[in-house]
Amino acid sequence: MNTLFWRTVKGAIGVFTAFGFLFLIGPLFVIVPLSFNAEPYFTFRPEMLMLDPEAFSLRWYENLFNDEEWHRALFNSFFIGICATILATTLGTLAAISLNQSNFPARRTVMALLISPMVTPIVIVGVSVFFFYSQPFIGLAQTYLGIILSHAMLGAPFVVITVTATLAGFNQTLMHAASSLGANAWTRFRRVQLPLISPGVITGGLFAFATSFDEVVVVLFMGGLEQRTLPRQMWSGIREEINPTILAVATLLIIFAVLVLFTVEWLRARTAKQLQPQ
Amino acid sequence: MGKLKASSLALPLIAFVVVTLLVPIFSLVRLSVYDSTVAEALPKTAEALQAWSGTDLPSIAIYETLAEELIAAQETRELGRVASRVNRILSGSRSTISKTPRRFARTDAPDARQAFIEIDEDWGELAIWHALRQATDTFTSRNFLQAVDFRLMPDGSIERMPESQQVYVTLFIRTLGVSIAVTALCFLIGYPMAYAMAHASSGLALILQVLVLIPFWTSLLVRTTSWIVILQQQGVLNDIFVFFGIVADDNRLTMVHNMTGTLVAMTQVLLPFMILPLYSVMTNIPRDLTKAASSLGANPFQAFVRVYFPNSLPGVAAGGLLVFILSIGYYITPALVGGSKGQLISNLIAYHLQTSLNWGLAAALSVILLVGVIVLYIVYDRFIGIDRMKLG
Repeated sequence: MNTLFWRTVKGAIGVFTAFGFLFLIGPLFVIVPLSFNAEPYFTFRPEMLMLDPEAFSLRWYENLFNDEEWHRALFNSFFIGICATILATTLGTLAAISLNQSNFPARRTVMALLISPMVTPIVIVGVSVFFFYSQPFIGLAQTYLGIILSHAMLGAPFVVITVTATLAGFNQTLMHAASSLGANAWTRFRRVQLPLISPGVITGGLFAFATSFDEVVVVLFMGGLEQRTLPRQMWSGIREEINPTILAVATLLIIFAVLVLFTVEWLRARTAKQLQPQ
Repeated sequence: MGKLKASSLALPLIAFVVVTLLVPIFSLVRLSVYDSTVAEALPKTAEALQAWSGTDLPSIAIYETLAEELIAAQETRELGRVASRVNRILSGSRSTISKTPRRFARTDAPDARQAFIEIDEDWGELAIWHALRQATDTFTSRNFLQAVDFRLMPDGSIERMPESQQVYVTLFIRTLGVSIAVTALCFLIGYPMAYAMAHASSGLALILQVLVLIPFWTSLLVRTTSWIVILQQQGVLNDIFVFFGIVADDNRLTMVHNMTGTLVAMTQVLLPFMILPLYSVMTNIPRDLTKAASSLGANPFQAFVRVYFPNSLPGVAAGGLLVFILSIGYYITPALVGGSKGQLISNLIAYHLQTSLNWGLAAALSVILLVGVIVLYIVYDRFIGIDRMKLG
């Protein structure tokens, strides 16, 4: 067959692929300009398309910054997110270091257990912790602690995965060297291993934070009015009274996501460089 | 010492996951088959009914015991829960049970049995007694039966639900269908995208990677919101269609709050989970392979089907299974953009938890869903390996 035919096929696939990228990223770009809409609509009005400055405004952002409920939600998201991240990162890093040892017993089963929160349908997690924590002798429903524990459990697998991946490139002879120089186990960990795997630990922590920061089902089922987080507040906004303030929040969250993404990629590049043989 | 220390550092997390996930799930499984409300509220009645023949009305003594215990239950505020449990077995019995202790003291019938029948004729029928006896069983299969559209009759026999109430099997099938469709769509759209990322020039590849990773890191709620904005009747896509005259202004398409909304939004949300594993496999496929195939006379199509694609299969399997596992338990997106026609099994679980308060049924549906996911998870571990799961 002739080359023209194959060029056409390639071109068609190229166009299809381009539409794929548009499908994936386009929706996010639609939200950003609409959050500056001067009118309480979720659509572009002709004035906006003509770039008439009158059609744009910051009123939804003003709304957002003046609203007590959103303040509380923001505080809750960060408070719960940071607590859950510290817990998940500490437990996850320790577990990953331990799983990295070649003589770890039943490694595969333990790994499957530790990763399982990631694939358990979130509704099942929500329903289970709701029933379990509501029992009178536990009493963790509608408390910060209950939500933090659940979020830490959901975030820990990400830490285990990223730290395990970083450790795969970690040179164990460094630990033997430190040991022969008289360092005890804690010093070896603190001064040799941790600095080298820290990009993996931080990446895992960011994943854990993002997991908590975006989690809505556990908060929905188990949290009270007092524990409303950003996604929980958005959920109500979308379901009950749809309001462009949601789009302003969404825009800020997109910016946040971009910042997290670049941090993670920067850390990844750093790890790759660090682990290269000198 | 070495072996002990190696595993001991993992113990805190193991214990943490057991306490915060496994134990709660275990209590969920228990809830799906266990209900001691009635057995605990009416212990003497429960015991007496075990000896009851079931063919004649119970003895006057049993009526007396029941009266006593119902009055006690009313005082401890357990009566409502007892009545709704029995009502699930025999609908209509809720009011019969709730009003009995209130009125019992005021009747002047010669014995307890006649007093009960005076309060409500149903107490003279066997049905409510069968229902009551069944409700005193602490272990029950009724939730699981109901989860697959069967019901346990008051006399203990099993029947199919009336056609109008057969909802769950349909819903499981719908959930399965949506998961297969979403996985297929993600594969179809994601495969060429991963290919482009893996084989573009380094500058373009970097841009494409960023384009995939931004949505990956963006809040699920943000992405779902954006689909509402795009797909609603007065939304961006309909505006574009109207502008180009594809649809009439008074005949705008309904693309959200139905199955279309669920499918489109879920595909976009899960697409990165297909692309990233594919990409990581594709970057490791040597370019020389396809070149070798071409030099041996294969046309581009043959080179792709017979050489490139088989080499990318591990990525297809990893991405496909991951997307499938995630979509089968999907909740948020269908709840927000699915309307009533685009709801999946997770949404019904949430409904029974929050609205109908039929917790036993919510638990049974969860257990069935969970078993499905566990099977898939084991398959994933066998064929792909959990420790090879990569992120971003």
